[in-house]
Amino acid sequence: MNILEVSNLTKKFGGLTANSNISMAVKQGSITAVIGPNGAGKTTFFNMITGVYQPTEGEILLEGKSIVGLKPDQVAKRGISRTFQNIRLFGEMTVIENVLVGMHTHLRGNLLGIFLNLPNTRKEESEAEVEAYRLLEYFNLEPFINEKASSLSYGNQRKLEIARALATKPKLLLLDEPAAGMNPRETRELTEVIQRMGKEFNVTVILIEHDMKLVMEISEHIVVLDHGEKIAEGNPDEIRSNPKVIEAYLGKAALELEKR
Amino acid sequence: MKEKLSMLLQKKSVQITLFTLFIIVTSSALYFSQKSVVSFLLLLSSLLILYYMNLKVVTKWLIALGLLFILIPFASSGGPAFHSYMEVATMVGIYIAMALGLNIVVGMAGLLDLGFVAFFAVGAYSYSIFATSQASNFMPFGEYPLSGSTFWGFLIIGGIMAAIAGVLIGVPVLRVKGDYLAIVTLAFGEIIRIIFNNLDRPINFTNGAMGIASITPPNLFGLEIIYPNQYYFIVLFILLFTIFAVNRLEHSKIGRAWKAVRENEIAAQAMGIPLVKTKLLAFALGASFSGIMGVVFAAKQQFIDPTSFTLLESFTILVMVVLGGMGSVPGAILGAALVTILNLQVLTELTNWLNQLSLQGVITIPDALTPAKLQRFIFGVLLVIFAIYRTKGLIPAKNKKFDVEQIKERAQKKAAISNIGSNDTDRVQA
Repeated sequence: MNILEVSNLTKKFGGLTANSNISMAVKQGSITAVIGPNGAGKTTFFNMITGVYQPTEGEILLEGKSIVGLKPDQVAKRGISRTFQNIRLFGEMTVIENVLVGMHTHLRGNLLGIFLNLPNTRKEESEAEVEAYRLLEYFNLEPFINEKASSLSYGNQRKLEIARALATKPKLLLLDEPAAGMNPRETRELTEVIQRMGKEFNVTVILIEHDMKLVMEISEHIVVLDHGEKIAEGNPDEIRSNPKVIEAYLGKAALELEKR
Repeated sequence: MKEKLSMLLQKKSVQITLFTLFIIVTSSALYFSQKSVVSFLLLLSSLLILYYMNLKVVTKWLIALGLLFILIPFASSGGPAFHSYMEVATMVGIYIAMALGLNIVVGMAGLLDLGFVAFFAVGAYSYSIFATSQASNFMPFGEYPLSGSTFWGFLIIGGIMAAIAGVLIGVPVLRVKGDYLAIVTLAFGEIIRIIFNNLDRPINFTNGAMGIASITPPNLFGLEIIYPNQYYFIVLFILLFTIFAVNRLEHSKIGRAWKAVRENEIAAQAMGIPLVKTKLLAFALGASFSGIMGVVFAAKQQFIDPTSFTLLESFTILVMVVLGGMGSVPGAILGAALVTILNLQVLTELTNWLNQLSLQGVITIPDALTPAKLQRFIFGVLLVIFAIYRTKGLIPAKNKKFDVEQIKERAQKKAAISNIGSNDTDRVQA
């Protein structure tokens, strides 16, 4: 079953076409990678799915229902969560508070309950704390619970962003360059975590990544963008040998070199 | 030697003894002297000392309540200056509540609001219009002025009116961010004042620049409330409610949403936090605290006119929040107390003293340089000093410390329970 279906998605910024006519489908429970050279329009594509940008044309269906025209917070409530290419944590807040913010939509406490400290609001808060703790434990971040998010190391900040995104209990998780700036050991660790978490949290993952080793290792399906257009799609083996992809990454000369 | 001293000061028993001594000395000095601003201020500062003492939170609150409700009013009742002390304490309370309201908007939600006094004005006018014959100009039914016993209801109405004003202003204003927001709120603050100034024609709602005089004093079971020491207790009750509410809000999902919006709007939205709704809530709640105190202010002064709600007032409240520490509740309280006392007592007393000196011919100070007139200059200097040396304010905002061990324990307990549950189902299947 397809959890996400995108058809003929186009985004124009004035005269610049950032995405043109992109169509793709994402299977429930799969890990899909979106790759392409810098400026190919990958992040624009993510921004359209999460409602940050409105598409100029085209349709986005989440579980068969259109999410075009929804605001980012409404999209999040429908079950799409994301991380950001340039880390966007709530820097002055603590690590656990960051995760608790992710649970915002699942906390039902209202003003009255908060003022009067009603039992069910209190219970909900303490349950949220436990859940946040478990999420942080999953990412080995539990020693830093009371630290400010901005004081974490770069790799840990990336992990915290994923933990925060998972706290919204998403059906679909978009990771924008999760391994950027990580050292090889951290990248290996992250690869494992992404693979495990897809199953354990029952979440479908789409990721943008430049680390080809990571991409080839974990993705079941790969979509390649270049100059805002989809130039190829398929499983890792197909993509590795696709001449169009090699051309986009390495230039025409590389292809000719191979032929010789 | 120095180390020994600090060790000694860390001890609980030593702290308590010294603190008790301090309170006894200052309060008896206040009680037996005719007028001693210094001992009054020292007695008030005991609350600040209490804040830093090494005691349990509950104990601190109990001591603070005892000081506020019993000792301070009693100790200051000794001399003829009783009412002036209580007047100052009341004004401090009013400004603290406003600073706490603005702290929600500026400190927690990160929305720079330079027109905050407008909500105070809305609260003040909503009581004074109905507590004088002013309302009979436009109300088709009812008899005005309303009796003083409606004051208590108007505390809530004033809060709600201010909250509505907050939403009405917020809807157009919150489309812009940062510096633009500051400018637009500044403009709206002035607009509201000018509206009150001009709303005497064609129908006389606010009596324009003449202001509204002889506002009915509140009435509690037949007792007319007119003295500052009575208002002191009203303000104290409202203030305690405000502090309680703000504390609850700060550590709830709403407080976290405000801070998230302040830290990063895009990420907050991606976490499912609706931006406009969250910001409007901050505006409305912040405004309502200010509106409630507006009602008290109008009743206490028994006269209001638009000049009580100028831009300078908005800036003063902002200075309180910045001085105390943006986003910090104890900071806002301390900042408001310091600025108000500086304004109402220290500067005026200093001016009186200098005037006396110049009358005696000891020194002569030109009229333009009296401390009361230098108020804005002093605030400016204070702000510059703080911007350079203490950017986070007197009591910087602190994040809540979660009890890791306790959460861990609960998490393990929960895991154990769910394990038992799954074992049971296994057995059933077997």
